[in-house]
Amino acid sequence: MESKDNLRVPGSQKPLVIEKPTDLTTIGGTVSVEINEKKIIVPLGTTILEACKMSGISIPTLCHHEDLCVAGVCRICVVEVEGMRTLQASCAFPITAPMKIKTSTPMVRKARRHIIDLLLSEHYGECYSCFKNGKCELQTLAKEYGVDSYTFGHLDKPKYEIDKSSYSVVRDMSKCILCKRCVRTCIDLQEVGVLEAVNRGEKTHISTFLDKPLSDVICINCGQCINRCPTAALRANDPSDEIWAAIDDPKKHVVIQTAPSPRAAIGEEFGLGAGHSMTRELNTALKRIGFNKVFDTNFTADLTIIEEGTELIIRLYKALVQKEKIALPQFTSCSPGWVKFIEHYYPEYLENLSSAKSPQQMFGALIKTFYAKKAGIDPADVVSVAVMPCSAKKFECNRPEMNSSGYKDVDYGLTTRELARMIREAGINLPEMPKSDFDNPFGEASGAGLIFGATGGVMEAAIRSVVEFVLGKKAEDIFEKANIIPLRGFDGIKYLEIPIGDKVGPVPEIIQHLIPNWDWLKGATLKIAVAHGTANAKKIMDNIKAGGKFSECHFIEFMACPGGCLGGGGQPIPTTPEIRKLRAKAIYAEDESLELRKSHENPHVVQIYKEFLTEGPCGHLSHKLLHTHYTKRGRYIA
Amino acid sequence: MEKKNRKGSVLFSEYKRGEGIKKAITAARENILFEIRESKLKGRGGAGFPTATKWTLVSAASSEEKYVICNADEGEPGTFKDRVLLLEYPELVFDGMVIAGYVLGAKSGILYLRGEYEYMKKPLEDYLESMREDNLLGKNILGKKGFDFEIKIRMGSGAYVCGEETALIESLEGNRGEARNRPPFPVTTGFLGKPTTVNNVETLASVSHIVIKGGEWFRKYGTDKSTGSKLFSVSGDCEKPGVYELPWGTKISELLKLVGAKDTKAVQIGGASGVCVPKSQFERTLAYEDIPTGGSIIIFNEKRNMLNVLRNFMEFFVEESCGQCTPCRIGNVKLLEGVEMIENSKYTFSYINQLKELGRSMQVASKCGLGQSSPNSFISILENFKEEVFSGNGGTNGK
Ligand SMILES: Cc1cc2nc3c(=O)[nH]c(=O)nc-3n(C[C@H](O)[C@H](O)[C@H](O)COP(=O)(O)O)c2cc1C
Ligand code: SF4
Ligand code: SF4
Ligand code: SF4
Ligand code: SF4
Ligand code: FES
Repeated sequence: MESKDNLRVPGSQKPLVIEKPTDLTTIGGTVSVEINEKKIIVPLGTTILEACKMSGISIPTLCHHEDLCVAGVCRICVVEVEGMRTLQASCAFPITAPMKIKTSTPMVRKARRHIIDLLLSEHYGECYSCFKNGKCELQTLAKEYGVDSYTFGHLDKPKYEIDKSSYSVVRDMSKCILCKRCVRTCIDLQEVGVLEAVNRGEKTHISTFLDKPLSDVICINCGQCINRCPTAALRANDPSDEIWAAIDDPKKHVVIQTAPSPRAAIGEEFGLGAGHSMTRELNTALKRIGFNKVFDTNFTADLTIIEEGTELIIRLYKALVQKEKIALPQFTSCSPGWVKFIEHYYPEYLENLSSAKSPQQMFGALIKTFYAKKAGIDPADVVSVAVMPCSAKKFECNRPEMNSSGYKDVDYGLTTRELARMIREAGINLPEMPKSDFDNPFGEASGAGLIFGATGGVMEAAIRSVVEFVLGKKAEDIFEKANIIPLRGFDGIKYLEIPIGDKVGPVPEIIQHLIPNWDWLKGATLKIAVAHGTANAKKIMDNIKAGGKFSECHFIEFMACPGGCLGGGGQPIPTTPEIRKLRAKAIYAEDESLELRKSHENPHVVQIYKEFLTEGPCGHLSHKLLHTHYTKRGRYIA
Repeated sequence: MEKKNRKGSVLFSEYKRGEGIKKAITAARENILFEIRESKLKGRGGAGFPTATKWTLVSAASSEEKYVICNADEGEPGTFKDRVLLLEYPELVFDGMVIAGYVLGAKSGILYLRGEYEYMKKPLEDYLESMREDNLLGKNILGKKGFDFEIKIRMGSGAYVCGEETALIESLEGNRGEARNRPPFPVTTGFLGKPTTVNNVETLASVSHIVIKGGEWFRKYGTDKSTGSKLFSVSGDCEKPGVYELPWGTKISELLKLVGAKDTKAVQIGGASGVCVPKSQFERTLAYEDIPTGGSIIIFNEKRNMLNVLRNFMEFFVEESCGQCTPCRIGNVKLLEGVEMIENSKYTFSYINQLKELGRSMQVASKCGLGQSSPNSFISILENFKEEVFSGNGGTNGK
């Protein structure tokens, strides 16, 4: 992400082509503009909106979004430019010559007010009965501009039926203001493109292919469109009523697992700035709400590393030593948005996808088998909830194959936003909660599992273990503090080569039954890559298809969401590059503060292989419970 | 394609096919640009942008690929003069495109033909083929080494907004017909992102004459600010509707006399997006400095109901708005509702005044010319025909 090149969007929404000069001291590198009679010098090509921001003037926006290309359609951001007959949309106007701008003239204020009034006239809904109440950009604007009546009327009936067909995303187009943020998100961040505006004039609305329900088109459930929708037109499919009912049912044993990304972001829902981890406060809050047990998804993240890492080693061994035809590179499989993406767009590469389940689903299978047995509870009475940064997790837990415990492995996927609402509903102010620990028998987890939340994190966690396994050295001896910096940050695609050298270590006990030694890896170079946002995934996949450099990789991490899970479709709104950066910082800081930072050193993981998964990683039982299979879906759904 | 014997001093004056091209290629590009600048020719598509300025920008753009697009979408209600030019004077239009290609350094031209003109496609294509035979198109045109130019015809899809130059380009690229953000302008970033000139049929036809007869000759006609002549498509209540070539600066009353209009109450100038002029203003002139127009003239006599007229226009805009920007998408619906309120005598003047204010916001805040001009007739009819419109079945008169 963060690079907006090569977009599929039409020219009416293309980014500005003015290239900003790299050297601002060259002649013509900057322009002097006057905003509300104050002079300011800006780099050539700066938009009026950016220039206003630089001089501390705020301009209202609706269709503009930092992550997306320009639309210039809502027109709320108009300003007056001296010498121009019409007002100009500040978000869409790159400054290339000196100009005088006025941001609050009678004409500007009237036009903005008219635009708000017009939007409200076509908007169905009353704020007090709307889940977006208090967080809605349209509502905020109406308040800022002092709207106290519906000048041009107001809808009293919904215009469209609500589409609740998808497990992940609910579409209520009567609340849509046609800002097209969702359209641009789906096309240029995600390269999916299931949403588009259809018809003209007042009949214009956002639609899917042939107006089909969302469940019947090739939506990957990433929820990125939800995160950028300014109103309540898009939301996640909220299971909290069912969860309350389970909590209130004395016969049910309700457990919840929490993923690292929600913990790094949920504070934002309680008024904290981005980048405050609330892990242990959350444990207490969840108990007070009434969950019987709180588990750490990082535990199964650690398990994922062992299973998926072992799978990789087996694939490499088969390919290099046994000369079997085996699919490489191996792709990660923990992002259900990505999994659905590849099922639709590149079904011929499903063999490359690791068969290891995502941490959420591994946990689900273990809770209703290992845990239920240990705790002496009938798995039929266990209700298993997963709090996730992700809307695709809702679809994932409803996949028919996710029943390996004999029951639905995870009953409900809950987003960060939905959990925050449940906590507020229970009258709890999260930041004030005392801290407490996770419950056993899964207890503690490693920092490796924690960094799964950021793009590159799964790969970093895997590499920490793989280098120790293969080289017999400490990861810290290879990477300073075991931080693998080239895999961090928000470049859309990251690539790294790790030479193995001629010194290899002994094969660790846990996989000794699978391979005899590491000699076959001597002198090899491990090639790995990382991509986040399916637009970037597509670039890698097309490169692989064309036999390019990524086809020579051994292992590639794919995350559907920009920034990885911390930017997931269930995370607090708004989302911006800055906010995602702060969430990542919180996650990496928490990792560095931990003693235990490698999955294979997690004593609970070691224990479960001794006690339960006794055939070791990728053994029979783990195949039954911790691995899965995929569906060739293709681009059309009949 | 047969030439009717039309009379006119500029556009319908004598011109031999190919002569403009022949003369152009013997001259330096700058000299042709100079003549066009001298002529003070302004775009005939409605916006009235100086053609020389547009062409200078495109010719100055450094790009291997450039495009000349002839806008023959002719979607403004009440215009049909581009059809006449294409059917009867194709040499003027296509020579103009080839000259543009020469001046701008472009190798391809596209005629964007209104969907309803499908029937013209075959004859026009035959005409282009005959130009190829005479080496007026193709490689090394008329022996000029290195001057290659081709013209393709592409059909429009029937949306009025696709006549707007950036929406037209979007439509050519296979996208929804929606106006682009400007800047960047087509002169630097047009079709396929390349420098592009989009010109009206009549503009290009004028160029062919200017190349032969010179800018000074052209300037002899019309007024100081509106040089040359204009084709007017006259329709409505008159004896002799049709296409007329008249010099800019002609008074409305003169035109009405010429076309045999009687008992005229109002003239809509510039089509649905133009203004409605009442009798009291018939001494005003058709000129960029007074009432600019792309050429549509619709005449209404005393029997017409102006509210009906307005209703038709507003229904047109509600239908034709591309729907991307807020002021136009919803604003036009509100204006139409206002017309209905007046029809049903269910209005207050304060609300109607609010709608006029809304119209003024639409004029400045809409993304493209469609929304910017759609309130024109609403405002001008309600202001200029106040008595008729609000008397009728008795409004509540502000109560
Ligand atoms: C809604 C709308 C419709 C238009 N339709 C036409 C058209 O049918 N033909 C045309 O030549 N120009 C049309 N224009 C004007 C074009 O955008 C553009 O200004 C013109 O083609 C430029 O050519 P010119 O400089 O030769 O006039 C339209 C503009 C708008 C806003
Ligand atoms: S979407 Fe926003 S404006 Fe609309 S009802 Fe909900 S909170 Fe109110
Ligand atoms: S959930 Fe993702 S794939 Fe589905 S419509 Fe939204 S952005 Fe597109
Ligand atoms: S659904 Fe939301 S994001 Fe999409 S156009 Fe409507 S308001 Fe904008
Ligand atoms: S003014 Fe109308 S036609 Fe033009 S972009 Fe806006 S909605 Fe589309
Ligand atoms: S924010 Fe600029 S047009 Fe919408």
